[in-house]
Parts: sequence; C-alpha cells; structure tokens
Amino acid sequence: MSDVVEKTLTALPSLLSLDSHPGSAKLSSTSKLGNLIRGITELTSKHEEEKLIQHELLAIKEQVSSPNTTMRQMKELMVRSIYCEMLGYEASFSYIHAIKLAQQGTVLEKRVGYLAVSLFLNESHELLLLLVNTVLKDLQSTNLIEVCMALTVVSQMFPKDMIPAILPLVEEKLNHPKEIIRRKAVLALYKFYLIAPNQVQHIHNKFRKALCDKDPGVMTASLHIYLQMIQENPDAYKDLTPSFVTILKQVVGGKLPMDFNYHTVPAPWLQIQLLRILALLGKNDQSTSEVMYEVLDESLRRAEMNHNITYGLKALTYVVQQDPKLALQHQMTIIECLDHPDLIIKRETLELLFRITNAQNVTVIVEKMLEFLCISEDDHTTIDLVGKVAELAEKYAPDNEWFIETMNTVFSLGGDMMQPDIPNSFLKLLSEGFDSVEEDRKLKLFAVNSYVPLLRGEPGKLPQRFLQVISWVLGEYSHLREDLEPAEVLSLLAKLLDMKNSSSETKSWVLMAMTKLCKGGTDASVTQEVSETYSSSLDTVLRQRAHELQYLSQDPELRARVLPRGANPETLEVDSSLSFLDRFVSEALAAGAAPYKPPHQRQEELDQSKALSLEPYGLSLPISMSSCSITDRQSPTLLSMSSGLSGDSADLSHKGGSSALKLDGVKRVWGREGYLAQREPVEEAAQVEVPSPIQSPGRQGEGDSLHSQTPTQTPTPEPEQEKQQLASSLFVGLASQSSVSLMGKSEPTPQRFRRKAKGQGPGSSFNASEQISSSLISPPSAVDNLLCNNLLDSNNASELAEQTSQLSQRLTTANGTCHTEAELTEPDTKGCNPALRRDNCVVAADPGPHDDPGRLTEVCLDSYLPAELSGLSHSEIAPLCANQSLNLSACHVQKEDSLILVVFIINSSESAIQQMLLQVDSEELEVSCLCDSPAGEMTSHSVAVGQYSLTVKRPAVHVEVVGTVSYQLPAGTSQSLQFSYKVPLTSFIRPFVVSTEEYGTMWLSFSHDTKQNLTLINDNQEPLTATLNALKKKLQLHVVEVIGMEGIVACRLLQDLPCLMHCRVNAGWLAVWLRSPVPDLPDCLIYHCQRALQSL
Amino acid sequence: MIKFVLMVNRQGQTRLSRYYHSVELSRRAALEADVVRYCLSRKKDQCSFVEYKDFKVVYRQYAALYIVVGITDSENELSIYELVHNFVEVLDKYFSRVSELDIMFNLDRVHIILDEMIQNGHIVETNKSRILAPLTAIDKMVES
Repeated sequence: MSDVVEKTLTALPSLLSLDSHPGSAKLSSTSKLGNLIRGITELTSKHEEEKLIQHELLAIKEQVSSPNTTMRQMKELMVRSIYCEMLGYEASFSYIHAIKLAQQGTVLEKRVGYLAVSLFLNESHELLLLLVNTVLKDLQSTNLIEVCMALTVVSQMFPKDMIPAILPLVEEKLNHPKEIIRRKAVLALYKFYLIAPNQVQHIHNKFRKALCDKDPGVMTASLHIYLQMIQENPDAYKDLTPSFVTILKQVVGGKLPMDFNYHTVPAPWLQIQLLRILALLGKNDQSTSEVMYEVLDESLRRAEMNHNITYGLKALTYVVQQDPKLALQHQMTIIECLDHPDLIIKRETLELLFRITNAQNVTVIVEKMLEFLCISEDDHTTIDLVGKVAELAEKYAPDNEWFIETMNTVFSLGGDMMQPDIPNSFLKLLSEGFDSVEEDRKLKLFAVNSYVPLLRGEPGKLPQRFLQVISWVLGEYSHLREDLEPAEVLSLLAKLLDMKNSSSETKSWVLMAMTKLCKGGTDASVTQEVSETYSSSLDTVLRQRAHELQYLSQDPELRARVLPRGANPETLEVDSSLSFLDRFVSEALAAGAAPYKPPHQRQEELDQSKALSLEPYGLSLPISMSSCSITDRQSPTLLSMSSGLSGDSADLSHKGGSSALKLDGVKRVWGREGYLAQREPVEEAAQVEVPSPIQSPGRQGEGDSLHSQTPTQTPTPEPEQEKQQLASSLFVGLASQSSVSLMGKSEPTPQRFRRKAKGQGPGSSFNASEQISSSLISPPSAVDNLLCNNLLDSNNASELAEQTSQLSQRLTTANGTCHTEAELTEPDTKGCNPALRRDNCVVAADPGPHDDPGRLTEVCLDSYLPAELSGLSHSEIAPLCANQSLNLSACHVQKEDSLILVVFIINSSESAIQQMLLQVDSEELEVSCLCDSPAGEMTSHSVAVGQYSLTVKRPAVHVEVVGTVSYQLPAGTSQSLQFSYKVPLTSFIRPFVVSTEEYGTMWLSFSHDTKQNLTLINDNQEPLTATLNALKKKLQLHVVEVIGMEGIVACRLLQDLPCLMHCRVNAGWLAVWLRSPVPDLPDCLIYHCQRALQSL
Repeated sequence: MIKFVLMVNRQGQTRLSRYYHSVELSRRAALEADVVRYCLSRKKDQCSFVEYKDFKVVYRQYAALYIVVGITDSENELSIYELVHNFVEVLDKYFSRVSELDIMFNLDRVHIILDEMIQNGHIVETNKSRILAPLTAIDKMVES
C-alpha cells in the first residue's frame, strides 16, 4: 500500500505541471478539488475516508450557500459533491444548487449542472420539476450546444407529467439540419416512449422518418424505439422487415462512413441491434424469415469463422438450440471446457450440455451437473442447476431407481433454496403416476425404500424441503412395502418432530403423514404422545394438525373418508369461496354483527371520514383482491397439494397435442468422423441424407468446411482416450435425432414419465440473439500500479484485431432463430422415403404460392356460415394458412352474450383426406367447442366449419387463438397445419347498463385501476359529449350519466366482468380513470380508447 | 441492458460510477465493494464475464484500473466487452494517453463522454468522433 501511495505522490506533480492535454481543465495543485483528489489518493483506511469526506461536505455546504460563490466555483463544488456521493456520502444539500447551476451557468458550468442533476436525482425526485423551465429555455436557445445539453438530459430523465410541455419543441428538432440535434431528439422521444408510450403515439410516422434519415446516426437512434415497439407487438412492424434487411446489408457491405468502423468491423453494435430486431420479426414466421436469409448468410460469411475454444462456448450453446448436431463438431472442445479450472466456463459448458441432453446421454450429463453442484458455492448457480437436473431427470429418466436417486441428490443438494415447484411437481408426478399400474407401484415403492434408510440415518442433516417430501411419500405410500410396520414409520416420523432444526412447516407435514398412517392399537402410544405435545403448540397450524391427528386416529371410519388411501388426487377440491361458512355468517348477521368489508374498502371509508377526497370515489389502495386469496390461510400440506394438483385438465389436453408427430432428424455426413464411429446405423443413414432445402447455403458451407477439418481430430494419443470415452457417452444420440425441445414444441424421445415438460427451456429462441457468446481472453497484463500509466497498454492492440473479428462473428450467430422455425414445422418423416420428405420440406418452407386459392374461395365462404350466425355481423373472413391440400380461414361473430370463432377448413386438393382433427386453444381465452368440432374424413373440395365460443380468461390488448389441424393424406402420411388468429379485446366488450348509485357502490369495491389523459374531440358539439359518443359507438360502452364536465361510463367484458370509467375534462384533455375487479382490464381498455379516438 | 458502469482501481477505490437503474446511495458502496472484490479475485486466465447474483458482470483491466460493467442477463457480454474498450479508446483520444489521474481530475468530462455513449442502459453512440463532438465544442467555447 505505502508503495502505491509513494508512486502516486511522485506522479502527481508531474501530471499537474504537464497539463497540456487538449481538454483538461487547468487544475492547480492547490485548488480545492485538487486537494480533495490528493486526499482521496492518500487514503489508507475507511475511517480516514469518512473523516476526509465529512470534512469536505462541511466545507462544500458552507460555500454553496454563500451569495459570493461564482458559477465557476459552483461548478467545482458540484464536482466535489459528485465525488462525495460517489464514495457513498450523501450530499443532498447540493441538489438544488446543481439545478441552479444548470439554469444559470454558461456552457461547461451548465453541462456540469445538468450532469450533477442526472447523477444526484432519481427519475421520480420532485426537484426534477424545477428543471423543466431550464430545459424549456435551453431547447429554444440559439446556441446548439445548449440545445444539445437539454436534449441529453431529457433523454436521461424527465418528469413524466411534464412531457406535453416540451414535446412540441422536441418534435420540431426532428427536422433540425444538424444530425446531432436530430439524433438526440430521437433519443429523447425514445425516453418518452419508455416512460409514457401514450404520449408519443401520435408521432409514429415521425419515427419512420427517423429510420429513413440520411444520417446513419439518426437511423441508429431510431432503432432503439423500434426494438422496443417490435418487442411489444412484432406483427405490427412486419412490413419494415425489408427495410431492416436493406440497412443491415448496407452496414455489412461497408457502406457506412469509415468512422463508424470499430477496428475494421463496420458498426458492430449497430449490427447487433439490427439482428436483434430481425430475430424478433422472424420469430415463428417463416415467410418473414425468408426475407432475411440472404443478409444473415452474408453477415455470417463476412465474420470469419474461427471457433476459438472457450470463446465460442456460449455461441455454441445458442447455435445448439437450433441444431444439436453442431455440437458434435466440437466435442473435444466441450470436454476440455468441462475440466476447465474456471468455474464460469464449467458452468457454461454444463449449460450447453443441458441443451443437448437426450435419453441416451442423460445419466452422464446429470452426473456431471451433480458433480458441479457439489463444488459450487454460489446460491444462484445451485438453484438454477438443481432446477435443470430435476427437469432432465423427469424428462429422460432411464429407470425408476435412477430417477429416485437423482431426485434424492437434487433435494439434498438443492436444500431449501430450490424453486418450490421442484418438490411439488415431483410429488405430483408420484401421485398421478403413469400408464402402467405396475410401474407406478414400483416407482412409489422404490421411493419408500430409499427414504426409510435416510430417516434411520441422520435425518437432521437433510434439508427441510426434502424432509417434507419424505414425510408425504411415507404417509401416502409406505403401506406398499409389506415388511414395513406402520409403527416403525410412525416412530421414524416422530423422531423428525423432536429434531431441533425442524421448521414448523416440516412438522406440519410430518403430523399430516402420521395422521394418514396411524391405525390405533399399538401405534396409539406414539400418536397419543405427539398429539398431546402439539395440541398446545403456539403455532395454530400445528395445533390444528395435532387435533386432527388425535380425532382421526381414534375414528378409523372417519379417517378412511377424510384421507382415503390411494385416492385419485384430482377429486380434491378446495372451496375457495368458503361457502360452507355461509350459515355461520348469516347467523352472525342475524345476531347483529356488522357485515364484512374488504380491507381496502375499510381503509377507503376511513380516509373519506378523515379528509375531503379530491379524487372521485376516494383513493384506491394497491391491495388487490387476489393478493389476499385463500392460499394465505392454508396449511402447508393442503396448499402444496392443491397448487400441485391444479391445472391437471390442461395437462391432459397438452398431452394430446404434443404426442403427435415429430421428426427423426436429418443425418449429417460428417457425423461419422466424430467419436460416434462405432454407431453403425448412423453411418448408413448418413448416406441417404437429403439436404433440406430450407437450410441456408451458409450453414451447409460451414458444415463442409468443418467437415474438412475434422480428420485432424481423429488421431488419438493415449491420454486422450478417457476423454473420448466421455465424449462418446455425452454426445450419444445426437446424430440420430434432433431432440432438443427448447421451444417446447417437439418431444421426439419417448418420455418415461409422460407428462408435459415443465415450461420451456430457460432460454427461449429470442434470447438467442441477445446472449450470444462468452469468452476467455486474458485481460491485458498490468505493468505496474502507477496512476498515470497509460491505460491502453501496447500489448492490448495486438489482441484487438482478433477479438473484433470474433465479435462480429458472434453477432451473426443470431440468425439461427430463423432456421428453426422451418425445422419445427416439418412434419414427421419417420419411415417415409426421402422423396416424400423433400416434398414436405418444400411445403413447410414455402406456403406462399398456396395463398391465392385461399383468397379466391374467401368470397363464397360467407355461405358456409352456420345458419344461426348468418344474420349477425361478423368480422372479415381472413385466410389463416394453407398448404397444398388445405386452406384455412376464420372470422369471429359478435353475439350479445358471447363471441363465436368460426374456422373454415377447405380441402382444396383433388383427393379426400382422412382423420382430420381440428384443435383450438388459447392462453388468454377459454375456448369451448360449440357442436362437434369437425373431424374425420373430408372429401375433395369440401368445406368443414368449426365453431368455438370464446370468453376471456386473462385480458390482453389482443388475444390470440392458436390451433392445429392434423390429418392424413390418402398415402397414409400424417400432416399438420398450425395457425393463429388474433381477436381485439374490443370484440368482447358489451355495454353495461347500471344506475349512478350502483356505479358508485361498485367503484369503491374494484381494486384495479389506471389513469390516463386522452385527447378530446373538438368538433361542433360539446367536446365531452362528442368524445364519449365516439367511444360509445366504437367500443360499445354505456354512458351512465354526464354531469357538467364529468361523465361516467360502464362496460362489461363477456360474460360478466365489469369495467367502470370516470371521465373529466381537464385543461384540454379528457382525464380518464378506469376501474375493474379484473387485473389488466383497465389498461387494455385505455389502450383501445386511445386507438379509437386516434382513428377518428 | 446495462445496469451500471464502474471504474475501480486495484485497491478497490471507486474512480467513477454511473447507475442506469435506481440504486440507493447507501447500498451502492456495498454493491461496488462486493462486485469489485469478485472481479479482483479472478486470475488473468479466467474469463472476463462473471455471473453475480441475478445479473452478469463484464470487466476489463487497464493498467491498475478496472472497468466493470453490470448487465442484465439478456445483454450480449461480448458487445459490452468491446464497448468498454471503445470507451477507453475514446478517453485515450480525448486525453491523449489517458491515465487514472486524468480520470480523477476530469471526472465531469469522463461522465460527459460516457453520457454520450450510454443512456438509459442502452448503447446510443459508438462513433468516436461523434461521441467527442459535444465535449470538444464545449471546450472550444470555454477557451474562447
């Protein structure tokens, strides 16, 4: 340390005297700031730092408030304050002076004022309001530097409510002749879009102008807005795809001015941004993706391929999502990374392995993961990895023993940190069982067998969650083991109760298990003792459990009814409305008790009685009805049971969908040069490989080049053999199938435990473009500690060229996303000849040509509308999708009390199709089939019609229905077509007729709300009436009453979900406040109100 | 998204800090100390990206100074790794052979440069001459 200080001190004078830098301020070593900095560099302890800074703060405080302080001195004071805050000492007294400095200072002083404001204040700080006038003044300044500063600070932070005050000025700057002003104006609008998207909705066309700006900087700035908007609604911007492609083409082609290059790579960050946008646009959209292939290929080609060991690991991980076989080419690299001393690299490797796991390599990969878990000390890593192991175990377990043992390790290692859904879903799996009764019994028995010795050993070392799982399993299934006396299990469980570190949650699980097991007789003494101990426990849950145990152990009949052995878990239902208490409540009411009021209502009434409320209908509290739901009151056992059991029916319906056709992958010629040489069938298959036409030539090219490299890997020195063995066990099964089901769509390997995979893999496809790579580059070596050492050491430079070319190469890997969609839609080709397979690929890749016949038939589809619907208004019949045999179209019909989706299936081919099956589902909607869904055979050129009634489960601005038609061609090949259909939420809105009094009561009881200013319509009529009438007409709202400048409006979402709207004219705006018992409904409705008013 | 940018020397002293999401002042020192300790403990042959709690950290060492950037999981590490270098190159161009003391004595200017490059946690400019344009314009006005 002293060494460092010494060097620092020797360096100081030289720096201060040699102050010849172009921009650096003239600082004398005697200046106050200079003193502070010197003081800071000389610090040796935290204590000294505190003394120094407290002293400094006092000095600053004294000086800032002095009237004689010049702006120039004030600037220095602000920098000193920034230093103090940077070291963690609050200097809040200087905030107001920072604003003053921004207001009164000139040039650099002003800029430092703005800088200090942006460093000191957070976005919601009330002092920010004082900045508005300064910004307003600077935006109108004739000095471009000041305009620039104002725009910079606005794009960093600005009070949301004051946006309208400066918006016109910022918009005006979009046409400024200077690129820097236009660019900063775009960035300011981006900020507005982030904090108040509605305020800038009317200028979307100006964003387009910015995108087409002749200056690349302005265009780049506009991409931020587009990325954001496309993330929110990709469909609305598909038409821009060719523009983004053209831009990327120009960037990659080196059309930008030289100063945009970074070490010879043309604008790499801009490329990333464009690739991110393209990934969003191309996701799940074959035709849009096709527009991009050429430029993606070009980007890939320009970025030299050079897989530098660890550098490319993460890239590989994401590429592997698209094509697991690619991993084969890098087997040895991956093995080396697995042994890498750096844990981070090891982690990434496991991440990669996780993605290529299949039924054949699962044991080895899980073993590697568990090994890592044993040495990992980081909680986040443990939680993440434990979840992955559990997922893999459930998906690919080769046998019962392995599954239970692996899960035991998961529970022991994951401890109490792991996600609660892991034990829940494990128990659910055990209780649901699977197809074979015998297998089922074996699995449960094996679990019991493995838990008993654990309890006999040292259960005190096991995590609580594991003990809970054990208790439950023993309670339910220990009877399966005939040689095991219930009395022994009971005493083992009772032992858990006596352990000091057992949590009360665990104890409650244990008591529950004991309740299931006790039979009276010999067991009675243990249960009696336990229930006596806990029936006086302070914990109410434990007390209840103890009482249950006591009563049920004495009444075997009642016990058999309450806790039937081997019961089907689905029959358990929780009466969340607590209706069984109705009688109690009505008796209490009759006896004069006050009626129950929900907490927020009580609070509201309290507030109202305290003071005059200025807002209509009082304040709303953030407490939502749902947050105080039944779950809070449930005992742990019941809770996890019920949460684990919900959604079973959904699982079943998914089973039907996902067990359908998935492909056996296309084999690769170069696969056999890997370490899978012993796998004969793979080789044979490789011979008949037909390159899929939907793959970009780039990927094939890449494959070829790697092919030529692979022979160099084959010579195998002795010590390598172990690694090779590992390789062959890790990468087994990859060549023969593309099994990675990251999209949650394909599930080619038969799963042992047939259940829906838990969610999707953690990285969804769109992340692929975001997280591209990881690297290992040793940081440039530090020569010594001297403060004034040049930061850019010369040895950095040599590395750079290499790094940057790799950077850009990384960027291009993002394109993988587009390929997959094609692969995923490929129908099952297992067992069919190559020619047929090729046909299918063409269909999947190119639905375009088949669109036209669809449009032609559309006209006459009207006549196929079911008779009972034909009189009602329906949306335009829109084509959904088509292939060479089927055309799908759909429309929705609005009935007074429902919304009907009508799907038309037209067999446009010359032959009949068989086993046609139409399935429709939605995340946000409840879909129920009216009459029978069309199914079975369809003759040539016939039309089948499906009708579905839709109700909203979860409001969203647009709700979407997805569906699949599966059918068989006469030749016996299975085919399927997927489609999606969007319905605006407005189709579900109906007027809601209520009186003003009813409205008032309801208003108070609704807990979800939103507020927003809308534009008023100014035509000849009175603006409020005109606006409300327009909304009424467009959105089918019911205007309850209009009084003066206020109006109240009501509507309902089908079937009976009310939403109330309070409108008030205020300063030229319509201040709207929406309330509903349904979360998200107010937000969605306000969106549609805005759209409705805009479109006028 | 970028969550914060730190410049710290080998002794763990903060030379610059900029947060792009709201972190209370009282929690910053602890967070910085923690992140920095983590980065300093890594050897030169270990990779420059580390996972820390629920976010990632990308760091680069220049002489005795570390530049540490906290990013969300969805951000591209390599792009940030190179951004750090671009930042240092810009500083080098402005200060002609930048050193730790340049940064200390010109904290305001370094912030102004950084503000041109990163806003709201997003990379907004990477073109060196354009990054420096506003600051050099200010310097010219101050001189005259």
